[in-house]
Amino acid sequence: MVPTGYYLVLAAVIFGIGALGVLVRRNALIIFMCIEMMMNAVNLTLVALARHFGTLDGQVFVFLVMAIAAAEVAIGLGIVVGLVRHRDTTNVDRINLLRW
Amino acid sequence: MEWLFFALFALTALVGSVGVVLSKNAVHSALFLLLNFVAIALLYILLQAQFLAMAQILVYAGAIVVLFIFVVMLIGNDTIDDFVARERPILRWISLLLVVVFVAGVVYVSWVLPNQQIKGVPGYGSVESIGHILFTRYLLPFELASVILLAAMIGAIILAAKTKPPVGRPED
Amino acid sequence: MIVEYAWLLLAFPVLGLTLNLIFGARWGKKTTGIVASGAVLGSFLVALGLFLHLNGLPEEERTIEQVLWSWITIDQFHVDIGLLIDPLSVFMALVVTGVGFLIHVYSMGYMWAPHEKGEEEAMGDIPRFVRYFVYLNLFILMMLTLVMANDFVQMFIGWEGVGLASYLLIGFWFFKPSAADAGKKAFLVNRVGDVGFILAMLFIFRLSGRLNFLDLFRPENVQALQVGATTIGLLLLLAATGKSAQIPLYVWLPDAMEGPTPVSALIHAATMVTAGVYMIARTSPLYALTPTAMTWVATIGALTAFFAATIALAQTDLKRILAYSTISQLGYMFLGVGTGAYVAGIFHLYTHAFFKALLFLGAGSVMHALHGELDIRKMGGLKEKLPTTYKTFLVGAAALAGFPLLSGFFSKDEILLAAWQRSPILWLIGIVTAFMTATYSFRAVFVPFWGKPRNHKLYEHAHESPPVMTVPLIILAIGAAFGGVIGLPKASWLHHWLMPVFEHVMHESEPGALMWGLMTVSALVALGGIYFAYELFVVNPDRVLRIRRALGPVDTLVQHRYYVDELYMTLVVNPLKALADWLAYVFDQRGIDGLVNGVAWVTGWIGQQVRRVQTGRVGTYAFTLFVGVVILVVYFVLVGG
Repeated sequence: MVPTGYYLVLAAVIFGIGALGVLVRRNALIIFMCIEMMMNAVNLTLVALARHFGTLDGQVFVFLVMAIAAAEVAIGLGIVVGLVRHRDTTNVDRINLLRW
Repeated sequence: MEWLFFALFALTALVGSVGVVLSKNAVHSALFLLLNFVAIALLYILLQAQFLAMAQILVYAGAIVVLFIFVVMLIGNDTIDDFVARERPILRWISLLLVVVFVAGVVYVSWVLPNQQIKGVPGYGSVESIGHILFTRYLLPFELASVILLAAMIGAIILAAKTKPPVGRPED
Repeated sequence: MIVEYAWLLLAFPVLGLTLNLIFGARWGKKTTGIVASGAVLGSFLVALGLFLHLNGLPEEERTIEQVLWSWITIDQFHVDIGLLIDPLSVFMALVVTGVGFLIHVYSMGYMWAPHEKGEEEAMGDIPRFVRYFVYLNLFILMMLTLVMANDFVQMFIGWEGVGLASYLLIGFWFFKPSAADAGKKAFLVNRVGDVGFILAMLFIFRLSGRLNFLDLFRPENVQALQVGATTIGLLLLLAATGKSAQIPLYVWLPDAMEGPTPVSALIHAATMVTAGVYMIARTSPLYALTPTAMTWVATIGALTAFFAATIALAQTDLKRILAYSTISQLGYMFLGVGTGAYVAGIFHLYTHAFFKALLFLGAGSVMHALHGELDIRKMGGLKEKLPTTYKTFLVGAAALAGFPLLSGFFSKDEILLAAWQRSPILWLIGIVTAFMTATYSFRAVFVPFWGKPRNHKLYEHAHESPPVMTVPLIILAIGAAFGGVIGLPKASWLHHWLMPVFEHVMHESEPGALMWGLMTVSALVALGGIYFAYELFVVNPDRVLRIRRALGPVDTLVQHRYYVDELYMTLVVNPLKALADWLAYVFDQRGIDGLVNGVAWVTGWIGQQVRRVQTGRVGTYAFTLFVGVVILVVYFVLVGG
């Protein structure tokens, strides 16, 4: 059996890479993708710990997260499309109308 | 044996995630993301979450990635000015540092988790058991999730219907 | 019993001023004047009743305290509002209300039409006329409060009150800058003296725990003050120099002549300025404990008398001559009480009230005739045109000079006798001053009234004043001439009357032959001074110029009143003004406002800086979020949540 810790470390690394992507990339869609990746890493953590403690609650949690994530992506992409069409750029740095 | 599979899948997932971040082409990023999702689904199987593995493939790999590719094709394949602005290169390194610190912290804490007696619950992770618990103990969240999906659907339709003409282009 | 109605003494002026304040404008000038004068007459009658009552009582019983109500009670500090009815206070009340009544009547005629230069427009104005009488009644009220006070606190209320009335009346023609300034000057200089009064009260209370006169001045209680007696005495003296215009706080009195002339007569000759003398007399048991302070009182009195007389010799404004004369005569009163001759001091206070008020009202009559002219160099030969004014003025001047057998002669002489007994030097200063007094008084007679008119246009229009003005003059002249009868040497009724008040502090002495000798000297000096004035101002006026030239720099010094005002200006007023300017413009405007505005500015600046957080870029926000997460992780790793 692979100790649970390994899974947690893996999830942390994936999460970190995703965070790096969010901070470093400027394309709105890629940022979105990285966010999804981070969510996945969290799901992985949950599933690993669910198995560790022998309960199913963690898995149910993940299931619901997936549902919500799907909804979120749908709406989010709708917004991004509208936004990109309006400002004619995918560079999030250019979308700064709410600045001081 | 299990170790081998774990190493393989883990590596794949990592390759996928790095690829998402480093690709200059948005479509490539989406495909790397797909790779990542699949690898994680396989890891779920190792973790005795068979139902979730299938759900992952269906929802994430099947729907979400497809959505991403659609949208990328529609609008988002610019590569100019994509990484953090040239006038602030230092921010890339600071971000890297932050991430490293973060991961180090988490690793430090989690590594020590003992591999205790993992109970082998019969039927753990099967459709049957998840379905059972979903319809009894977690019925309310389940129903709420369906409401949210409904709301999302309506929202998506509204968003899609009211696309404004882009700035600068004449009305059709 | 009249004593139960003693409160009416104060109630009448209150009634007068309230009625006039409310209805005066509607009643018109005549009724207003009658109401105001009537109020004072009422008070006079009450005072008279009290006098007769006391007279009917045996001597030991002639001190009554009539408490009206209890005002402050905090632990041991207890102050009542009440009236101290004793020979001294009743005597003062009679003087105040008597002379006050005559001046009210005179004012009705004087203020009817404008007289002083430049006030034509305002005086025809009924509200101002009413206001004048309200202020006059207010003054009488406050003066009576002071005089009838049963403790220091009430006396102080009256003290401040007369100061207020004085300010209001001096600055009555407030649209004249000189008048407004004079009012301010009077009030502020008085304030300096008041510090002395308040400090003295504090010390007295600290040492003895009492402020009530009857209580405090019992022999067993007053001993408690021995330790601080000199200090208290000097502090009270400071207050008295302010109110009674002695060195160093006399400077307001000459300027106070900006006020209407009846005001000068009442307040700055007969009554308010005597408050200082009265106060020292009232606190005689305290002064008995401190010969040092008494010496100060006498010395300041003598020096002021001399000093002011020299200035009076050089003044050309009729009212200013009288003002400096008042300062000088007050000096005599201080000399009197300072040498322990309290009765002499009060006697002179009484005679001075008559002849000085008379002289001022006479000056008013002259001004009325000459449409506000006060420069004696522009007058001359008025005795034919203003016969009644002239005759009464002459009586007043003679009394002032100490012409034998007139009232002033007896009172001044009694003071000089006490001065000699204390120290011949004091007597010498007094007698030289008396010579100068006689000279300047008759200068004020000869120059305006005798000889040929110096300004024919003024002379042509001159006319005698109406009876409402001349009758008070006559009454006062009778008093000035024969008033001395109450204080004849060896048969002094006044002495007998006031003895119960001063018996613990005064010593009866039988000077005998010395007294007659000094009296003769005084008489000769008075006559000599009059003759000197005659020679200088009637026979050969050029002599004046020769003398002045001979005196050289001394002459300039005196002409400019010894530059005292200028000195105060440089030493006190200007530094204070500079301080005030600095505080106002630098400290307040730049400093405090700067600080307050600075706080606002800093807030704005902080806002400006903080707004930069709102970059509007999601990336920045995500970055910040992640930094926070990392910090939390590090925290939990290190500290362990």
